[in-house]
Formats: sequence, C-alpha cells, structure tokens
Amino acid sequence: MATVSTNEFKNGLKFLMDGQPCTIVDNTIVQPGKGQAFNRVKYRNLMTGRVLEKTFKSGEKVEAADVMDTELQYLYTDGEFWHFMDAESFEQYQAPESAVADVAKWLIEQDMCVVTLFNGQPISVIPPKQVTLEVIETDPGLKGDTAGTGGKPATLTTGAVVQVPLFVQIGEKVIVNTEKGEYVSRAK
Amino acid sequence: MMNDFSTASKVSERRLQLEKRSQFLQRLRAFFYQRQVLEVDTPMLSQGATPDVHLRSLSSWLQVPGERERQEYFWHTSPEYPMKRLLCEGSGDIFYLGKVFRDGDLSPRHQIEFTMLEWYRVGFSLQELIDEVMELLNQLLPELREVQQLSYRQAFAEFAGVEDIFHASAEQCRACLQRHKVPEIVGVDENDKTLWEQLILTEVIEPQLGQGVITVLKDFPARDAALALIDPQNPEVAERFEVFVDAMELANGYHELADAGLYRQRFEESLAQRAQLGLPQVPLDQKLLQTLTEKPLPDCCGVALGVDRLLMLQQGERQIEAVIPFGVRQA
Repeated sequence: MATVSTNEFKNGLKFLMDGQPCTIVDNTIVQPGKGQAFNRVKYRNLMTGRVLEKTFKSGEKVEAADVMDTELQYLYTDGEFWHFMDAESFEQYQAPESAVADVAKWLIEQDMCVVTLFNGQPISVIPPKQVTLEVIETDPGLKGDTAGTGGKPATLTTGAVVQVPLFVQIGEKVIVNTEKGEYVSRAK
Repeated sequence: MMNDFSTASKVSERRLQLEKRSQFLQRLRAFFYQRQVLEVDTPMLSQGATPDVHLRSLSSWLQVPGERERQEYFWHTSPEYPMKRLLCEGSGDIFYLGKVFRDGDLSPRHQIEFTMLEWYRVGFSLQELIDEVMELLNQLLPELREVQQLSYRQAFAEFAGVEDIFHASAEQCRACLQRHKVPEIVGVDENDKTLWEQLILTEVIEPQLGQGVITVLKDFPARDAALALIDPQNPEVAERFEVFVDAMELANGYHELADAGLYRQRFEESLAQRAQLGLPQVPLDQKLLQTLTEKPLPDCCGVALGVDRLLMLQQGERQIEAVIPFGVRQA
C-alpha cells in the first residue's frame, strides 16, 4: 500500500484512517521556534461525512486511499442499489443506499453525476447542480397570484419536496438547485 | 488573497498595503537609529549552517573564482552568527533588519523566506532587553498593552494546570492534553516527555498567551537554552525569553552564551542529535567558533523578532500573505 508523508499533506488529499477513506480539509503546520514540527489536520471521513481533527508529528506517514471522483450516468434504482454507468467504457457500478442517502431525491435517469469511488465502489454521489422535475402534488394556486410571498410545498416526481411560488401548478416542470434544495424557476 | 493592480479600487488597496509595510520598516529602523544602535547587513550566505535540529537551511552552490569545485553556501536562518562575530570584534550595539530563510516552514504565520529583526545590546541585562522589546512593541501595536511576565513553570501551572512541569511525567503531560480536549496526536512515543511537554505548550498554553496583553515567557528549561546562558542561580533554567501577542510567538531573546568551548559543545550536541534522528549533518560555522576563541563575546543580550508577524498584528491580519508583497507560491 502506498503511503503519504505529512510533507505531502494538502487540502483535498485522500488518505486512509482506521480503514476508512478521508480527505484533508485543512492542514496547518505548527513550527515552534525551537521544537519539533507538527501538522494540525482537519479531515472529512468520506464514508460518514464527519469532520475530525488529529495532529501528526511531522514526518509521520499515512496510507494513501484509492479514492477517485468520476463522472457516471445514473441509470435506475432497484430499491436496494442505485445503478450508474461509465458512458465511455459502459462499465456499471452499484451504489448502496448509504452513498446516495442525501441525494437520491435528485437522481434522474440519464443524468450525469460525480461519483466518488473507493476501491472501485461508489461511496458518495453528487447530482447535477440543477435538475428539472415535474410537480406531482401541490395546493392549487390562486389566479393572478405573482411570485414573492411565501410559497407552498410541492412534491416532485422523485419524491423531493420543495417550496415553490403559489402560481406553480401540478404537471408543471420546475428547475431546482440540488445543493440548497431550492426552487430556481419554472422550466420552459 | 491573490493581489494585483488590475482594477482601480485594487490599485489603491495594493498600493496602500505596500505603503503600510514601507512605513512600518521605516519606524522599526527609526527606533534603533534614535538609540544609536548600528544597522548591519550581514551576509545571507555562509559556509557554515546552523546545526539546530529543528531548522532546515537552504543552500546554494557558488562558483568562487580560484576554486575548481563549486562551494556549498548556506542561506542564513537568522543573522546570529555573523552578528556575534561583529560583537566580538567590538562593534557595539547592532541590529539587522532583513530576510532570513527556513526551508519547509509554510503556514498562515510562516513563510520560507521571511523578514527578521534581530538586535544585540552590549552590557544589557535580560530584563533591560525585555523592557526595550516591550517599548518597541507598544510603539507599533495599535493599542497600548500591559506586559505580563511569567516563568515557563508558572505558565504550565496557570494555563495548563500542571503544577511542576520540570518534574512531571510523560503520563501526566498526556493526561493534561486529554483534560484540555486536545485532538489525538499521532506519532509521539508515549514516554517522550519532552515532546508531550512541547505539545502542552503549543496546543494548550500558547493559544492563551498574549490575549489583550503582551506575554513574556521566561526561564525556559536548560535543555532549551540553545545559545543562551544557564541561570547561575538556578541551573534548571536558561536565561531565555519568548514574547507572545494574541497567541502568536513574536520574539525570542537570550542572555548570550559567551564561552567558545560551550558554543562548540552545544553545536556538537545538536550534530549528535541530528545523527540520531537521521537528519543530514551540516558544516559548523568555524569562523564564528574561531572568533569566539580569539576575541570573546562581550556580555550582551540579543533578540530576534518576526517582522511580518508584528505587521500582521498591527494591521489586524491573520495571514502572513496579507502583509508581504508576494508569498512563496506567488514568487
């Protein structure tokens, strides 16, 4: 297994801690005037999403993690796994629920997603920044109402619920920002 | 933080940043010129390097006419050695304001190349030098600050709850770190008391130093003496101090060791430690050792101060790159 020395630590570096892939979010070298140097490291566990802190004596080594981000096309879910495909090699990947938990409601068949692979297995999925979905359920809006005030909840085809302006009707398509889970506009 | 002159408002901002630095350097110099302390710009390249275990010197290969092979010269990590040679020769009070180099040191408060102010006062006691440093700092910091002086031992008792750090065990140090909820530390031998002690200092104590005051930490353990005298009244401690403002180490001063034999002895100890740790050996500054033998160093005190850091504090900046024209990644 390849190792990485603290000298090579930088933001975004992927490494293994207790067998789990992690990425460095902040690395600060502590260099006292007359003393041993240390690296103060904040890192995110890519499996759990938790941010943790550890301080490494300079020169220490950690195991490199075989983690990579790749663009894959979302195909379908069978309820247990979410299936993705490499559009060039046609290789298919099965993501477990833990990898898509937060984003399953934004996954639309055929959309390209950024999938993080650890040892070839999907561990997290980032959907496109904006997706277009149809409203399948919402309170009927009042005629003549314009955008601005309040809004109302609307359920979309994937099950996602977002606040939409009062004029949005069932059957309309809306554009949603997936990072914030917010309505952007009506789709043409 | 990337700066450029590309837009009108940035032009003035960038220009203002340069002006602040220029005025700051001018005020530092004025402080010493007013006191008849002589400015010296000693060489940055030397045939000798510091053997200090925790400093990494950069080096260059020079083509010196008359020499067949290129000669390796080391960029100074501080102007200490040539300044001491000048003191031996009878220069009297001197200061240096300029660049020094330490390989690998890069963080929000470090640059590999940075600006240092170092000065020596002949016949000063350590306390007289501390007072002078305080005067300088209070002239330059945006608000007048009270001075808090405390010994290394007191700092551990007050800020970390370790009553007698000089006789505490590694286990007690580890317990202290745990008590203060310091994140897990990787790579330190559980019995390495010196290192656990250092971690209490950097992780627990230092963040509390200089908060609203100027903290002078004194009476460091004798093993951290570097080139400071051991206190004749108390062989456990060295006549060395460090200054902290807003949890940032700003200055490091000594009542200077004078005995040439002790210089050689401490250098050799550092080289032995280097060998033990698998670090490269470095050539000692033989010219300094020779001068110290022939013309002993007068009784004096000296201090080195991080200029970029002081400017950061004066300007309320948290990144060293905000007060220098270009950081190493932009250079």
